[in-house]
Amino acid sequence: MAEPIIQIQNLEKRFVSKNTEVYALRGVSLDIEQGDIFGIIGKSGAGKSTLVRCINMLERPTGGAVLVEGKDMCRLSNAELCTARRSMGMIFQQFNLLMQRTTEENVCFPLELAGVPKHEAKKRAAELLQLVGLAERVRSYPSQLSGGQKQRVAIARALATNPKVLLCDEATSALDPATTDSVLALIKDINTRLGITVIVITHEMSVIEKICNHVAIINRGTIVESGTVEEVFFHPKTEEARRLVISEGQKTTESGKNLFRLLFNGRSSFEPVIANLVRECDVAVNIMFANTKDIGGQAFGQMLLQLPDDPEVIARVLAYAKAKELSLEEMSNG
Amino acid sequence: MVNEALLWMLAEGVYDTLYMTLVSTLFSYFFGMFMGVALVVWRPSGIRPRPVLYGVLDVLVNLTRSFPFLILMIAVIPVTRLLIGTTIGNNATVVPLVIAAAPFVARLIESSLLEVDSGVVEAAQSMGATMPQLITKVLIPEAMPSLINGSAIAATTILGYSAMSGAVGGGGLGKLAIMYGYNRYQTDIMFATVVLLIIIVQILQSIGNWMTKRSDKRIL
Ligand SMILES: Nc1ncnc2c1ncn2[C@@H]1O[C@H](COP(=O)(O)OP(=O)(O)OP(=O)(O)O)[C@@H](O)[C@H]1O
Ligand SMILES: [Mg+2]
Repeated sequence: MAEPIIQIQNLEKRFVSKNTEVYALRGVSLDIEQGDIFGIIGKSGAGKSTLVRCINMLERPTGGAVLVEGKDMCRLSNAELCTARRSMGMIFQQFNLLMQRTTEENVCFPLELAGVPKHEAKKRAAELLQLVGLAERVRSYPSQLSGGQKQRVAIARALATNPKVLLCDEATSALDPATTDSVLALIKDINTRLGITVIVITHEMSVIEKICNHVAIINRGTIVESGTVEEVFFHPKTEEARRLVISEGQKTTESGKNLFRLLFNGRSSFEPVIANLVRECDVAVNIMFANTKDIGGQAFGQMLLQLPDDPEVIARVLAYAKAKELSLEEMSNG
Repeated sequence: MVNEALLWMLAEGVYDTLYMTLVSTLFSYFFGMFMGVALVVWRPSGIRPRPVLYGVLDVLVNLTRSFPFLILMIAVIPVTRLLIGTTIGNNATVVPLVIAAAPFVARLIESSLLEVDSGVVEAAQSMGATMPQLITKVLIPEAMPSLINGSAIAATTILGYSAMSGAVGGGGLGKLAIMYGYNRYQTDIMFATVVLLIIIVQILQSIGNWMTKRSDKRIL
């Protein structure tokens, strides 16, 4: 396999203020393959933004290394860093468009910085605005666009210099669900069509499920779990991962004992699965939560069940699940 | 009472006042722009933090600004003589006006540039913008409406200073008001100069407001 396009090695970022010091990142190591869509997920304050910002040196790491195409970003001179940054586009939660420039002028901006002649820049901007579906808004100012449209302009702008990597820091967090889906679809489309490696920062598991191939879970500045989205979804190893795959905002894993997560194929089989289980094992189960998810284009149902506090019953249920090839994993730690 | 000579005198006063105001504003912006940009760029949270340089400049600006203008005018007389060769007249007044106004302009520019969303600056950095590019292509253009608004404030303030300079050798409407109104008790002439000053301030401020609104693409 080719060398990963981005290698993060033992990265550390320490913020020192007055007399306190905060480790925003500690011992973070990740390899990101060329052409991948790599998700980084974590709670607010986990260090997600700091991590992406260390990739293009908006934030200077205090330890470790970030290699992009084998080049150590920390060791570049100012001029080299400017050039390196042009091969990495970045989009933000707040879009960060230039408010006094039109859509077209915003897309031309990075080209202008790179010294590309004006007519060439305009041609490229027209292509990109076509790609993001905003060809007819070239003369609009950001204040005349909706949030989704602004993010599309930001994406077009980030792609202007033909970057190899696109960094997205909570790019859909300010958008409504429908707009989020369309922007995610656009990012996915760009990834497949242009082969750009994408790094997606988010606090929503649904974003990861929709477009990512790999995911890393970050908590208090360290990566607690990483792997393919399927791996993490089907066999979450840590408490953080379990909490994420169930559903955001569900506190169920914290409350109660004998919680089990049941996974099965398909969308429409909640009732038979649970009815059979109840009948065959002669057990009263409590359904705490159920939903369906799309993982790698396939639909899966998942249910969070609470079983009676009786080791014998639990053993029976586990045996039944095993016989029926259902995935049933204990969620609570007792 | 209204005669041609008087009208000419007032017209000349208006001309002198406008001349001093305009020239001083231009020079104040020339120097103030450098200082204002430096204050933004060098501040601890700026794009090139230089705490010591920032501290020195910050104190210098405050020092100059805390001088009462009349005292400053007298204090810089040697400098004025050195630069202009005389200490009376329009050009001589420009020197203390610029010295007094440049730090004020620097503060106005500083506060305008600080209004620019740091996220936008960061986005430009992520695209590989160099330091000069950040200043000329992001900070200044994005702050333009606020900068124009500030320039109207600067011009009207400088106009006020120029009128004050009439007390110590400056020309223009301020001189007329003091010469006739204060020294010779011709209150009607003093009244006329004050009205003219009010009208000029109104016009400058209106132009400023109109240009601010026209330049701002955030409110359409
Ligand atoms: N400039 C800074 N100075 C001091 N501490 C900082 C600074 N920037 C971030 N931190 C701290 O580093 C930690 C990680 O912050 P970061 O912004 O990376 O979190 P995040 O995962 O992006 O959170 P969110 O989802 O809220 O954006 C936080 O504890 C934060 O307080
Ligand atoms: Mg963040």
